[in-house]
Amino acid sequence: MTPERLTHLQRLEAESIHIMREVVSEAERPVMLYSIGKDSAVMLHLAAKAFYPSKPPFPLLHVDTTWKFKAMYEMRERMAQTLGFDLLVHRNPEALEKGINPFDHGSATHTDMWKTEGLKQALDKYGFDAAFGGARRDEEKSRAKERVFSFRSAGHRWDPKNQRPELWKLYNARKKPDESIRVFPISNWTELDIWQYIHLEQIPIVPLYYSAVRPVVERDGTLIMVDDDRMPLRPGETPMMKSVRFRTLGCYPLTGAVESTAATLPDIIQEMLLTTTSERQGRMIDHDQAASMEKKKQEGYF
Amino acid sequence: MAHVSDLIAEDIDAYLEAHHHKTLLRFITCGSVDDGKSTLIGRLLYDSKMIFEDQMAALEADSKKVGTQGGKIDFALLVDGLAAEREQGITIDVAYRFFSTESRKFIVADTPGHEQYTRNMVTGASTADAAVILIDARRGVLTQTRRHSYLVSLLGIRNIVLAINKMDLVDWSQDRFDEILAEYREFAARIGLTGFTAIPMSALDGDNITERSDKAPWYDGPPLMRWLEEVPVGDDLAAGPFRMPVQWVNRPNLDFRGFAGQISSGSIKPGDRIRVVPSGRESRVARIVVQPRDLDQAVAGQSVTLTLTDEIDISRGDIIAAADNPPAVADQFESTLVWMDDEPMLPGRPYLLKIGAQTVTATITEPKYRVNVNTLEHTAAKRLDLNEIGVCNLSLGKPIPFEAYADNRDLGGFILIDRLTNRTVGAGMLHFALRRADNIHWQSTDIDKTARAALKGQKGRVVWFTGLSGAGKSTIANLVEKRLHAAGRHTYLLDGDNVRHGLNRDLGFTEEDRVENIRRVAEVAKLMVDAGLIVLTAFISPFRAERRMAREMMAEGEFIEVFVSTPIEEAERRDVKGLYAKARAGELKNFTGVDSPYEAPELAEITVDTTSLSPVEAAERIVAWLDEAG
Repeated sequence: MTPERLTHLQRLEAESIHIMREVVSEAERPVMLYSIGKDSAVMLHLAAKAFYPSKPPFPLLHVDTTWKFKAMYEMRERMAQTLGFDLLVHRNPEALEKGINPFDHGSATHTDMWKTEGLKQALDKYGFDAAFGGARRDEEKSRAKERVFSFRSAGHRWDPKNQRPELWKLYNARKKPDESIRVFPISNWTELDIWQYIHLEQIPIVPLYYSAVRPVVERDGTLIMVDDDRMPLRPGETPMMKSVRFRTLGCYPLTGAVESTAATLPDIIQEMLLTTTSERQGRMIDHDQAASMEKKKQEGYF
Repeated sequence: MAHVSDLIAEDIDAYLEAHHHKTLLRFITCGSVDDGKSTLIGRLLYDSKMIFEDQMAALEADSKKVGTQGGKIDFALLVDGLAAEREQGITIDVAYRFFSTESRKFIVADTPGHEQYTRNMVTGASTADAAVILIDARRGVLTQTRRHSYLVSLLGIRNIVLAINKMDLVDWSQDRFDEILAEYREFAARIGLTGFTAIPMSALDGDNITERSDKAPWYDGPPLMRWLEEVPVGDDLAAGPFRMPVQWVNRPNLDFRGFAGQISSGSIKPGDRIRVVPSGRESRVARIVVQPRDLDQAVAGQSVTLTLTDEIDISRGDIIAAADNPPAVADQFESTLVWMDDEPMLPGRPYLLKIGAQTVTATITEPKYRVNVNTLEHTAAKRLDLNEIGVCNLSLGKPIPFEAYADNRDLGGFILIDRLTNRTVGAGMLHFALRRADNIHWQSTDIDKTARAALKGQKGRVVWFTGLSGAGKSTIANLVEKRLHAAGRHTYLLDGDNVRHGLNRDLGFTEEDRVENIRRVAEVAKLMVDAGLIVLTAFISPFRAERRMAREMMAEGEFIEVFVSTPIEEAERRDVKGLYAKARAGELKNFTGVDSPYEAPELAEITVDTTSLSPVEAAERIVAWLDEAG
């Protein structure tokens, strides 16, 4: 075997493991953010490999919104148990008290309160100085130039003009006590890489990625699954049973389903390769305004 | 590429099987906005079907709104990322793009931008296996072409394409192509770039990108995409001697002790003899541990965990190497430095150097020369500013295992970190070790610091006065020394002005000279503390970094920083030596507080405020503090 023969997935895996080990060696209190999606599944798998036979020396943190799909909560409990991670769940108490939800308060407020504020609260509460996230550079234009080690000032703000150059495999993790780092070990993976790796390594994912007949309503051109009875139906709306699946997972009222019959991983990959709409189209928060992801990042959203 | 879609549609399993065996090529594109670089990358993404329908719709809309190609689709818009940049019409950082073909996955480092060019390009090139250097066929080999080529060769990239673009605008003239090629070949030889492939193309129209274009029948080489698919990667690293920097020691329980790292060169099998550098201890590899099962062999590029047959002490930063061919160890090197920070590189100032998995302190000598990246001329320099490149010697706080960068990027490439701001301020490449490290040892003497100080009935220490000119440092230090002397202490006062008459008379007042001034004073103070003396130093010593360097040269508790605090207005009003007046009149350059900064201490042991204390009161307070500390 020669490096020429290392496949692209082997090279990506080795790079991600290298990054995770650097963080554990240099940060004082690392944590892995867990969103329960497919990218998070790959992150967990990589973390288990990086430190084997030790357990990964950091906890998992799920910043919950209380509006995830039921199947996601089931997956969360199962994965933390199987892989032996400590699982921390944080729900923004203020959002909880005010009953913030996407129906009454809109997606922008919902995301800001539960996710942006919730994440900042959780990081401050536990004093984490490095947080692993599963963002990829191919997801969105403003992420294409994101560093692997992304520095946040005391208020968790991201300043795109003040990021450190990253050369070779050398990551500078030094920071002042009130600063923190977001680390993206799968920066160089694409959506296709993620799916192939899941297929090759037989990584468990939330069943919602596979097609099944599910109750949905069509709202503003998007298929929304009626996952529980908290969802207020508009006049004239009745849930239809359709064969659908999800390309990304988030809060169920904000996540569009696609009609599909893809019931296996190869089917999913096939469908992905043959369809021509980019991944985040199904996720409603990016549509709010042009360059909105960049704006959210500057405010502290992942 | 219709047949790929067919395969996906008809036999996804066969497609996946083929795709699992794809290799990875990382490359960098070099060229300015005008050369059509963003257009080229956009074209590669487009031709490899990496643009989705919704992006295509947005692209068409944007092309009409802000495009620069008239009615045509402006591929450059696909590549320009951040909102601020989109407004300015320029990109200012490194962006990474991804696409794949049937045989390879590609990661493109796109490093545009005018201002931060060198910094960004060096960053992008550091991880690249190959480089595509763009030339506008109308304009030929320009200054920037030379700059790109020099940086590419500096970073050790050996696979290079010279993309002679916009051939449509010179009517696909073979004469023009040959002319550019001849000129470039001559230049490339000068900088030691031997092999490169020149391809005539039009990124905008897609000629010679994925398919051979019929517009240049005289060209018989590959189109760009085929070259990218076929250029060898991984080269000779697997054939090299085994090296793995240890990142993390894996100890889940008392029975398992593994050493985790990414193999930098060579290969390893259980049973292979290894040597740990720098300790020199030897053992054999017991297991190559990865999940889900151990490996029989691992090669350069893989992240693994090794266990050994013997219990030997290994920690992060050590290198596990082939026993019969380990890397050398040294603490002084010649290197090429690329400066990346707004604050200039100052010779003598201590920085942190990160190489492999370890971080050590490093000081840099005055550059031997600076390289003009446009003309490649060598010029004399006292320091390096942002985006400047120079050859300098490095002196490290401790010896490290290393290899020349040309032989191994992991063991020869380093970054420099500022100890106060924590910014990555520079990057460099080790060339070779200077022999001095092997030949000069610290001579251990039988009578030590404690013995000398005990004879004097005191503890050796440095009382370091810092403050603005005219704050009263010398006056107060003098009073402190008189009191200590009267109490039977053995002291010595090093005064700023006096030292500049002798030891430091060759130094001026530029930032670099101030750093060197303080370094020498700190070294002298250290020897005096070693002799058991109480040393008082009275220097403006305006920079935190150098005061911290002095502090770290002494043992814990030996360095006492005294901040003589006086507002600039008050110091200027006193102006005992008439210096402020001169500085304000422009007769004195680099005067602290006027046109050179003073960085006040954050954690001084003692602060005396001269607006509320007389010099005698200040001295008494300091003496009392010293008595109390013993």
